[in-house]
Amino acid sequence: MSTDLTIHGPGELIETHDVHNADHEVHHHKDTFITKYVFSQDHKMICKQFLITGMIWAILGGLMSVLFRLQLGYPDSTFPILEDILGKWAKGGKLSPEGYYALVTMHGTVLVFFVLTGGLSGTFANFLIPLQIGARDMASPFLNMLSYWFFFSASVVILTSLFIETGPASGGWTSYPPLSALGDASLGSKAGMDYWITGMALFVVSSLLGGLNYITTILNMRTKGMSMTRLPLTIWALFFTAVLGVLSFPVLLSGLILLLFDRHAGTSFYLSDIFIASTQKALPNEGGSPILFQHLFWFLGHPEVYIIILPAMGLVSEVMAINSRKPIFGYMAMIGSLFAITVLAFLVWAHHMFVTGLNPFLGSVFVLLTLLIAVPSAIKVFNWLTTLWRGNIRFTPAMLFAIAFVSTFISGGLTGVFLGNSTLDIHLHDTLFIIAHFHIVMGVSAFLGMFCGVYHWFPKMYGRYMNNTMSYIHFWVTFAGAYLIFWPMHYEGLAGMPRRYMDYSGWTSFNQFGDLNRFISTVAMIVFAVQLMFVFNFFYSIFKGRKVTTQNPWQANTLEWTTPIRPGHGNWPGEIPEVHRWAYDYGKDGKDFILQTEPLGADEQHH
Amino acid sequence: MSNYFLFAILLLGFVITFQIAKASEYVGILKGEKKNNEQNNRINGFLMIVFLVLGLIGVYWCNELFKGKILGKSASAQGEKIDQMLYITIAICGVVFLITQILLFWFSFKYQYSEKRKSFYFPHNNKLEVIWTVVPAIALTVLVGFGLMYWFQITGEAPKDAMVVEITGKQFGWIYRYPGKDGVFGNKYYKSISDGQNNQLGLLWDDPKSHDDIVVSQTMYAIVNQPLKMIINSRDVIHDVGIVEFRMKMDAVPGTPTTMWFTPLFTTEQKKISSGNPDFEYEISCDQICGRGHYTMKGIIKVVTAEEFVLWRAKQVPNYVQVMKDKMPAAGPADSVKTAAVRIESPSKLVAAAGKE
Repeated sequence: MSTDLTIHGPGELIETHDVHNADHEVHHHKDTFITKYVFSQDHKMICKQFLITGMIWAILGGLMSVLFRLQLGYPDSTFPILEDILGKWAKGGKLSPEGYYALVTMHGTVLVFFVLTGGLSGTFANFLIPLQIGARDMASPFLNMLSYWFFFSASVVILTSLFIETGPASGGWTSYPPLSALGDASLGSKAGMDYWITGMALFVVSSLLGGLNYITTILNMRTKGMSMTRLPLTIWALFFTAVLGVLSFPVLLSGLILLLFDRHAGTSFYLSDIFIASTQKALPNEGGSPILFQHLFWFLGHPEVYIIILPAMGLVSEVMAINSRKPIFGYMAMIGSLFAITVLAFLVWAHHMFVTGLNPFLGSVFVLLTLLIAVPSAIKVFNWLTTLWRGNIRFTPAMLFAIAFVSTFISGGLTGVFLGNSTLDIHLHDTLFIIAHFHIVMGVSAFLGMFCGVYHWFPKMYGRYMNNTMSYIHFWVTFAGAYLIFWPMHYEGLAGMPRRYMDYSGWTSFNQFGDLNRFISTVAMIVFAVQLMFVFNFFYSIFKGRKVTTQNPWQANTLEWTTPIRPGHGNWPGEIPEVHRWAYDYGKDGKDFILQTEPLGADEQHH
Repeated sequence: MSNYFLFAILLLGFVITFQIAKASEYVGILKGEKKNNEQNNRINGFLMIVFLVLGLIGVYWCNELFKGKILGKSASAQGEKIDQMLYITIAICGVVFLITQILLFWFSFKYQYSEKRKSFYFPHNNKLEVIWTVVPAIALTVLVGFGLMYWFQITGEAPKDAMVVEITGKQFGWIYRYPGKDGVFGNKYYKSISDGQNNQLGLLWDDPKSHDDIVVSQTMYAIVNQPLKMIINSRDVIHDVGIVEFRMKMDAVPGTPTTMWFTPLFTTEQKKISSGNPDFEYEISCDQICGRGHYTMKGIIKVVTAEEFVLWRAKQVPNYVQVMKDKMPAAGPADSVKTAAVRIESPSKLVAAAGKE
């Protein structure tokens, strides 16, 4: 249907559409429930599908962390409720090691891939790309729909793996072989690992279909006058995100296929010199290298963290400019730094491998490249600060999350300077310091960016507002809670406490933080409860929220606010508007804001 | 029971919050949107500065609370360099952290919405942008410079007089091998591993160099102030030798031996006194997830004086001798006792010999 729209072009649309109706619908095509809500090809509906699936995953992934935080906070206690939830994995209310490692692994997989990649990019790329560049839909709405359904089937496979007898994958979200290759070495490496590989393969397909679509749409379907340098930064960020995904996910897939061969076809890509104690057998495999997998994994794995953070940066830049009533400072530098981050993201992967026996000289090259990436990151931070400077700031919930994003991005970015330096990495590698680092810079920041986006574009998605009071409570508890959880965790890391331990009490070197672990667990539970409140606010507001009555509630410049309050499939009832200026003319020449569609004045300066 | 109670309380809290939220929305409408927004703005602007102040106090307090529980004095010469690097990095990053966070929250507070204020149209400024490209670049160059200097010192070749020990990870424990009096490790092959026949490492008995190799589990011994070079292996999955007191860490990769070396500065006994903890040990923790027992995979390094080390080693029976003793009861033990006796005669010479290994 939407392919019709793009093929026939705007001329025909005017004939077939009622331009006066704000709640415009496409009349020549009757939508059934299935085509409108399930197998929809409307980018706005696909966005909501990604968002809601992502939210379900976020609740599950968050709940997993609450369960294993119970173990970490109270290693000596039993919780009957754990047995109610987890059954044999927590007999007598005490988490088994297999159960603990399964939870840790799934928490990581779910949040990194299904929430912060699928949920974040899937939601906002789908929603914002056509609306902000002035297109009626994606280049291929059909592939776009497939992208969601591959994501959905990946979700089904991973969810199923939680319920199989030997449990889901439990070798960490990185799934390093030989542990992940040998069912005899770990329970989770039996069938659970096959489910994990299958789920990830489907996820990669979803991500590639989506990414190719996003790139094509941004390059080819911008409306008249929308040159690349007039695009809002959201679109630039989503563009680079898609490029990163398209170039790096296939490498992960190839690595996983080799792993599958090692598991079932007797190959030795990753296996060599292995004697399994549980079966008292030496394996026939010789000559493989488990380090090869790490290279393949991190060739995706590092770009992956930028796939997560770039969309958040884009959302934050946009929301910050709108609510400071000022142009984003250094628009070209922002694009340049996004570009630099994208290029460097492919050149730093081995900093995850400083202590694998990597040649020290090679290590030093990766130190240099890794710390280089701090420069574009610093430029972005200073540009955000300057955007706030002398603005006229409105603290909408979205704006609060945007400011908080900058704060956590600074904190987490600076600890990255510690870890990227191989000398310090010797001590800090695989400790709770790295857990604190990436949760703040990638987990918390990306979540804050995502909340920022949800609060800001909720009125466009559903034609209603979310409840402000609940939003403010959600914000302050989440923001403060994130620091309370992860700031002290750096100290545990400095003390050398290894990650992925389920109990530290048997160690004289690491048992001094019992109280702190309890504190962190308690805060984590409170923060989780408040996220449930957000979810409630979200769904309640879809149906009962205060109605949006103006077309442009935030007084923003970008094109999505020129559509009707509840746009139909095709987005603009009449012709797609023409663009005459960049997206950031706020406070220019005494005017509060100037829509992108407004022609330049006679003597007006181009930015 | 208490679970349901907790759940009920949570639910109640939820409902109350929700009612307040709903009521405040109606109040907002009654007051008028503009006035309501201004009030929200003032509250949140104020909270921004509160967050900054409480946050900075919290950072200071957290540091006071925990600084005695982390790090301590490094017990290896290499670890001292790592600590040095850590302090340089904390200093530089700390300054950046304070400046940027203070500016962020201060700007948010200071430039909050006011009817009188007009935002300043300031799209870009090349000079400023060049400054904050160049300054971070210089700071990072300093960090990279120091970092790589220490990195090459730490990862460089071990000194000639280093004692060499082979350490092998398995699910879930550590096995150590000393080369014995010939100073050379005998050959091994993983397919010869047999826990049942007391050959944990798969030593090849047809290689005579393996005959004096000493294999021990759980606890290894090292000499204070003498460089210790570890050759790191794994028998099954990837493990990692992490010794927090020495600030050292290196993966154990099956099929690909890795190495690390460091110089212990204090004996275990000295550390027991200086740390005030009579149970103090140098613990080897596995730092790479390796299966269900990952968190229990502990090894101990006893750092002792050279004399104590010689005495300890004299008591060890080579793996070969242990295995052969089971088969031919007479030959092995006598031989090893003789060796030990010879060694104790001239400890000073043996210390030097131990050094060469």
